[in-house]
Amino acid sequence: MARRTFALNRLPGFALIAGITFFLLYLPILTLVVFSFNAEASMSIWGGLSLDWYRAAFTNRTVQEVSLRSLVIAVSAASVATTVATLAALATTRTAAFRGQTLIYALIHQPLMVPEIVTGVALLIFFAMIKVYTGYTGLAYLIAAHSAFCIPFAYLPIRARLQTMDITLERAAADLYATPLQTFRRITLPLLMPGILAGFMLAFVISLDTVVITELVKSAGQDTLATYMLGQMRRAVTPEMYAISTLFLLLSIVAVSVFFLLSRQRVG
Amino acid sequence: MDTSADERRILYNQPPNPLRPEIAVTWNATRSDIEIIDLSKVFSSGNETFKAVDHVTVHIPDNEFFTLLGPSGCGKTTLLRLIAGFEQPNSGRITLGGQDLTALPPNRRPINTVFQNYALFPHMSVADNVGFGLRMLGQSRRQIKHTVTEMLALVEMESLAHRRPAQISGGQQQRVALARALAPRPRVLLLDEPLSALDLKLRKTMQSELKRLQAETGITFVFVTHDQQEALTLSDRIAVMHNGKILQIGSPQEIYTHPAERFVADFIGDSNFLTATIVHTHAESATVKLSSGAQITARLPHAMSASIGRTVTVVVRPEHAMLADQGVLQGTLEHALYFGTDTQVQIRLSDGELFTLRRQNTVGQLPLPALGTVVNIAIAEGAAQVVRH
Repeated sequence: MARRTFALNRLPGFALIAGITFFLLYLPILTLVVFSFNAEASMSIWGGLSLDWYRAAFTNRTVQEVSLRSLVIAVSAASVATTVATLAALATTRTAAFRGQTLIYALIHQPLMVPEIVTGVALLIFFAMIKVYTGYTGLAYLIAAHSAFCIPFAYLPIRARLQTMDITLERAAADLYATPLQTFRRITLPLLMPGILAGFMLAFVISLDTVVITELVKSAGQDTLATYMLGQMRRAVTPEMYAISTLFLLLSIVAVSVFFLLSRQRVG
Repeated sequence: MDTSADERRILYNQPPNPLRPEIAVTWNATRSDIEIIDLSKVFSSGNETFKAVDHVTVHIPDNEFFTLLGPSGCGKTTLLRLIAGFEQPNSGRITLGGQDLTALPPNRRPINTVFQNYALFPHMSVADNVGFGLRMLGQSRRQIKHTVTEMLALVEMESLAHRRPAQISGGQQQRVALARALAPRPRVLLLDEPLSALDLKLRKTMQSELKRLQAETGITFVFVTHDQQEALTLSDRIAVMHNGKILQIGSPQEIYTHPAERFVADFIGDSNFLTATIVHTHAESATVKLSSGAQITARLPHAMSASIGRTVTVVVRPEHAMLADQGVLQGTLEHALYFGTDTQVQIRLSDGELFTLRRQNTVGQLPLPALGTVVNIAIAEGAAQVVRH
């Protein structure tokens, strides 16, 4: 198939346009990162290189507190979501085709389709009712909300991995006297692991970043890093926020990179 | 260095110990013959149903190299999967040494499979692959290590024990798959077209390897292939399958020289199909009149009712016919294809059909008559076979 087709990248100015597009896309983030190292407390004047804002962010007790809360929620929610997603992926790929399978797919992906604000409002009302009856106002509401929201994100990479996995391997294990549980533990799970980790990473990042649902569901004093930042920005924009944002960005990049590396890995 | 075949066989027949109790029942049966009784498997998708295995009954005795031969889609692989337990039959039964296996899952049948794509576990070393079945049977580390070494020696793969499957060649993967399936000392080994992914030279080597392993281990092999040559070379008995049914079972010689069905004759080897009329019947043969008017004796398939005057099809293999001064058929020499060891001669018969005969090439042989010459064809005594449609 050496047929010459229209090649976009041969057009004059292609590289230039592509370069400008990428530059404009990343310019705001770049500005943010650069100004997080600014010695001046200004958004427009460059006063030299400094790590003052990072120092400020690290010693800020509130930032420490909300970051820890974000991590607790993200790790818990990603764990729950990944477990549920793994089970869902197994049930939708390792069983004979069943009636209503398409409906099941749609239901699993539901959080991707329902507007986040709608989910948020619904959860607010629903949890309010539970709070009235139980009196419990802890973190479990946020963890539950995040878990539910993260399931489809964890589900996608896990299912993709399962679909490329040769079902004959599981047959071979059964043929060699492994019980269904042993087959899962020694064959399916180890081979599925990169997909599960990728799903976990994606769910983790999504949970860290979710503002709308968190804002609506959280009780007083349950700010996460994301909602705290939003609250701060409403009052005053300080370079401290730039520093926190840059660190947040770094964490996301690491998590998403791990996700990509894992989901690119081939079976075997 | 190498234990003799007899010693190895004795080693091999020791039952794996300790066995999980739920498997021990079938494992410790005194015989390991397989009985398949009126087995059917129907696949349905939507309103369409497909009879993959259609009321198959067959007995595979102990220690036999049994081959299921047929074109793709004939149901041979489904039948193999039913024996392994990967599929559940719609009706019928499978027994091993007289014990019913039908309801047992694959992990409780003392049967191992060599898969078409080998299905080696990619995240385990060669040695761990071979030891997997033993580990699942709950054997001790020492026992496993011992057996794995023995099995890797059997397939000459000792030096690559620590490699991953992705790091060895296709032929080596094939050997590992064999060792893995043989290691738990199953009563029956199923082989699903295991040689189809190998190149011709490697396939020939592995064919003799398989034959050797079967002789040394003394276990029943059920081999699935669509390659007639492979089936003829390896098997003690062949079952030819078509449309989910077994058409004929017999030794390679029987299947080749006395095909009972037109499909069998057509699928295995080359055949001339002649239309003839029955003029006289005997116990197992009949005198038939060919289109040329000449009469020959042809063997009848088992249990075929052959009434006088009935039109039948007679099969003659190309190498069982020869050019002669006096013959039963006449025709015009149309083509001659030289193959080295033999020459394939095509003759247009007077009724318009093309007849092929194969002539062994020897030194100092008379040359073939010129193309276009009218020649006589003689058919070797006992070579003609009546087939069913």
